[in-house]
Amino acid sequence: MENLLSVVTFIPAIGALILALFLRGNDAAAQRNAKWMALVASGGAFVVSLFILTGFNSADTGFQFVEQKDWMMGLQYKMGVDGISVLFVMLTTFLMPITILACWGVTHRVKDYMIAFLLLETLMLGVFMALDLVLFYLFFEAGLIPMFLIIGIWGGKERIYAAFKFFLYTFIGSVLMLVAMVVMYRDAGTTDIPALLAHTFESDTISLFGFQIIGGMQTLLWLAFFASFAVKMPMWPFHTWLPDAHVQAPTAGSVVLAAVLLKMGGYGFLRFSLPMFPMGSEVMGTFVLWISVIAIIYTSLVAMVQADMKKLIAYSSVAHMGYVTMGIFSVNQQGVDGAIFQMISHGFISGALFLCVGVIYDRMHTREISAYGGLVNRMPQYALIFMFFTMANVGLPGTSGFVGEFLTLIGVFQANTWVAMFATTGVILSAAYALWLYRRVVFGDLIKESLKTITDMSSREKLIFAPLVVMTLWLGVYPAAVLDIIGPSVEALVTNYHNAVPADAAAALIQH
Amino acid sequence: MMLTDDIAVVMPEMILAVYAMVVLLVAVYTGKDKMAGLITNLTAVVMVGIASMIVFGGEGAQSAFGGAFVSDDFARFTKGFILLSAAGVLVMSQDYMKRHGMLKFEYPILIALSVVGMMIMVSAGDLMSLYMGLELQSLALYVVAAFNRDSVKSTEAGLKYFVLGALSSGILLYGASLVYGFAGSTVFTDIIAAAEGHIPLGMLFGLTMVIIGLAFKVSAVPFHMWTPDVYEGSPTPVTALFATAPKMAAMGLFARVVYDAFGNAIPDWSQIIALLSVLSMFLGAIAAIGQTSIKRMMAYSSISHMGFAMMGLAAGTVFGVQAMLIYLAIYVTMNLGTFAFIMSMERDGRPVDDISALNQYSSREPLKALAMMVLLFSMAGVPPMLGFFGKFAVLKAAVDADMAWLAIAGVIASVIGAFYYLRIVYYMYFGAENDDLLDRSTSLAQWVFLSVSAAIMIVGIFYQFGAEGFAAAAAQALVK
Repeated sequence: MENLLSVVTFIPAIGALILALFLRGNDAAAQRNAKWMALVASGGAFVVSLFILTGFNSADTGFQFVEQKDWMMGLQYKMGVDGISVLFVMLTTFLMPITILACWGVTHRVKDYMIAFLLLETLMLGVFMALDLVLFYLFFEAGLIPMFLIIGIWGGKERIYAAFKFFLYTFIGSVLMLVAMVVMYRDAGTTDIPALLAHTFESDTISLFGFQIIGGMQTLLWLAFFASFAVKMPMWPFHTWLPDAHVQAPTAGSVVLAAVLLKMGGYGFLRFSLPMFPMGSEVMGTFVLWISVIAIIYTSLVAMVQADMKKLIAYSSVAHMGYVTMGIFSVNQQGVDGAIFQMISHGFISGALFLCVGVIYDRMHTREISAYGGLVNRMPQYALIFMFFTMANVGLPGTSGFVGEFLTLIGVFQANTWVAMFATTGVILSAAYALWLYRRVVFGDLIKESLKTITDMSSREKLIFAPLVVMTLWLGVYPAAVLDIIGPSVEALVTNYHNAVPADAAAALIQH
Repeated sequence: MMLTDDIAVVMPEMILAVYAMVVLLVAVYTGKDKMAGLITNLTAVVMVGIASMIVFGGEGAQSAFGGAFVSDDFARFTKGFILLSAAGVLVMSQDYMKRHGMLKFEYPILIALSVVGMMIMVSAGDLMSLYMGLELQSLALYVVAAFNRDSVKSTEAGLKYFVLGALSSGILLYGASLVYGFAGSTVFTDIIAAAEGHIPLGMLFGLTMVIIGLAFKVSAVPFHMWTPDVYEGSPTPVTALFATAPKMAAMGLFARVVYDAFGNAIPDWSQIIALLSVLSMFLGAIAAIGQTSIKRMMAYSSISHMGFAMMGLAAGTVFGVQAMLIYLAIYVTMNLGTFAFIMSMERDGRPVDDISALNQYSSREPLKALAMMVLLFSMAGVPPMLGFFGKFAVLKAAVDADMAWLAIAGVIASVIGAFYYLRIVYYMYFGAENDDLLDRSTSLAQWVFLSVSAAIMIVGIFYQFGAEGFAAAAAQALVK
C-alpha cells in the first residue's frame, strides 16, 4: 500500500469523525455503540499497522514507507518510519485498543470521551511518523488538546488545576522548540527532517550577552529542543506537572500519558537532539547524565513516601525515564538500544500498573494506599497480576523491565562510570518502593470493613491484562524481537554522531 | 491623465459612498427605521459585490489623483477582507440589533461610510488621503460606538473613543506636518525620494509621530487605553466590527505608510514597531487574564493579536508583510466567529458578557461549544488550528529578519495568552453546574458564522482558498 502510514494514522480520526457526526443520543445503546466504534477504529488501526511491521526492512537504516505531498508556506506533508520510530508506532496502536477497553465503565459523556481518545491516537501516531519539522510540531502540540480535555472533564477532584498545569507546562516548553524550528528552517532552508539530518548546523563558539556559548548555534538549538522534550519526558526538575496530571487523569488517560505521551520526549531526543545537534549534545551530554541520575535517585525516594498509589507510580515513571535519558546521552549502541527498549517496555509496564490501580479504584473509589490491605484474600488473581507488574517495574530478570535497565546501565558505564554507579542504586530504590507498595496493598490481613465485599477481576479486566503480560514476558526472555529492529538504525545514529564529533574536538571545545 | 481614468480607479469607493448617500436620502423620505432590516441586508450585499469586483476585477497597480490614491494587490487584498468582514458583521448583527431596539437605518449607513474610509486608508498614497480616510472611518465609528444612546456605558464608550481618537489624530497630523515640512510634499513617492540616502532628523520625528497616531488606531500598547472600555461599552455587533475591519484597515495603512513613504528607512521604524509589538503581545496577554467580561477579554486579546501582526511588519521584509497579511486574515476570520458567539450570549433576552455565564455550556449546546473551542484554541495558536499557522508565519518572518528575540518574546506571550483562552474552555467544559442558563435561541446567521469560521480554522490546514498566494502578491506589490 502506498499510503500505509497515513491510513494507520487517520483510521482513528475517521472513527472519531463518524462518532461525532452520526452518533446521536446518550442512552445505554448509544454509549455502547460509541465504545464499540472506538474499539473497532483503534483495533483496525492496530491490524493495519501490523503491515508496517511485516513490511519493515530493519536492515535499511533510512526512512521507509515514505509519503510526501506539498503543503502551504513551503512546508510539506511527509511521513515515514525508520528503526527508531517504527516500534513507537506499534506501541501506540497496540496499547490504544487496550486503553479503550479500560474505560468501558465510563458513563459520563461517553461519546466525547471516545472521540478524545481516538483523536489523541491519531496525533500520537503522527508524532512518530512525521518527517517534516512543522508537521511534527503540529502533531506534538495538538495532542495537548485532547489530553487537556480528558484530564479536565473526566478527571478527579483537582482536575482543573492539573489540566491547566499540564497544558501550560508542556506548552511553554514546546513554543521554545518552535522558535528553534524556525531558526533551523532559516538556516537549512527546509523543514524536511531527512534533509535536516544531513545538514550540519554551525557549532563555532559564539558570544551572547557576554556569555561564551560553546557549540554555538547547535547548543542553543539543543537547549530549545531540550526545553520541550525535558518537560514532556519529564526529566527532573521539570517533572512536577506529571504527578498532578497522573493523579487527576482518569485511568485510561493515565495509561496513555505514561505509556505513549512520555515517550515523545525520548523519541524527540533521538530524532532531533542527537543526530541534528551532535556538538550541542556533546557539550550538554554530561549535564544530562547527571540530572538523569538525580532524577532516578531523587524521584525514587519521593515515590517511597507517597500516600497515593497513582502518585507513587507517576514518580516511578519519572525515575524510569531517567534511565532512558541516561541511555540516550551515553550515545553508544547499548545505551541507545537500552533507552528505546526501556521506553517500549515502560509503555507496557507502567500502563499495566495504572490499570492495576484502576481496577481497585473502580471498586473502592480511592487511591489512598492506607485504604487497602490484605487484598490477596479476596482478589487472588488480581494479586498475581499486580505482583507480576510490580516485579517487572522493579526490573526482575525475565521481564522486559530488566533488559532496558540493564542495557542503559551498560551503556552509561562505558560513557561515565560514576554516573552508572549512582544510577545502579536506583534499582535498589525501585525495589524498595514498589515492593513496599505491594505489601501494603495486597498482603496483610483484610481488616478494613469496606474491603470485605470486594470482588476479583472480571473477565474484561483479565482480557485487558493478558496482552500486556504476554508482551512483558516475551520481551523479557527474547529482547532480540525489539533489538533486531532498532539495532541497525541505532548503529547508524551512533556512528554518525561519533563521526560528527571527533573524540578530541569536544574536549578541546570545552577546554577553550 | 484624464479625470475619467482617475475615477475608474476609485470606482469601488465611489459606488459605496454614493450608495450610502442615496440610501440615506431614500430612508429619510420613506419608511425610516422600518426599512432598517432591508437596508442592512442590502448594504451587506453591496459590500460583497464590491469585494468581488475588487478582488476579481483589478490587475496590476494603478494610481489616481496625482498619486494620492493607489490601487494595487496590497490594497485589493486588504479591501477584500475589510468589505467581507464588515458585510459579515452586518448580517450577523441584524437579529441582535432588532431584538434590542437598535436596528435603525443609520446603522448600516454609518458602517458603509466607515468602510469607505477604510478603503481609502489602505489605498492612501498621500498624507492628505491618509488623513481623510482615517477621519471618515473614525467619525463614523465614534457614532456607532455610542449607538445604544440610552446606555451610559455605550455613550461613555463613544465619547472616550472620540476624545482619544481626536488626540491621536492630532498627533498624527503634527507628524504629518513635520514630514511635509522636511519633504516638501505630501505624496508618499515624493517623501521617499526626499529621504533618499539620508533621512532628515525632523522627518524622523514626524515619522515617529505618525506611527504613534497609527498605533492608537491599531490599539498597540502603550496607546491602547481606549480599547477595553470601548469594546465593553459598545453594543456587541459594533465591538465585533471594531475587532475586525478597522484592524485590517489600520494595519494596512500602517504598512502602507512605512513602506511607501519611509521604505528606505526600514531600520528606523522597524525598531519602534518591534517595541510596540512586544509591549502589545505581553500586555494583551497578561491583562486579559483578570477580566471577567468576555468583551473586555477580547479587547486585550485583540491588542495581543495586533502585537503579533506587528511582528511581521517589524521584520521589514516581503515575507514579513505577507506574514502580517496572513495573520490578519486569519485573525479577522476567527474574530467574526467568536463575536457571532458572543452576540448569542443572552440570558432572559438580555445580553450578558460574564465569562462565568458559560458554565457547563458544552452540555447544553455541544456543537456551539465545540465550534467556540476550536476558535479559542486557534486564537491561542495551538496547532493544528489555522491560528497556529498565522503565528508560525510571523515568527518565521521575525527570525528571518534576525529578530529571534522578538520571536522568543512572542511565543512566551502566546503561552501566557493561552491561559485565558483555556479559561473559557474551562468554563464551557469543566465548569460547575448552575441554574443561570443562557438562552438557547440564536439566530441562524450567528450560528452559520460561528460554525463556518470554526470550520475554516480546520479546513484551512488542507486548503487555503488561494489566500497565501494572494497575500504573497500583495506583499510583493507593497515592498519594492
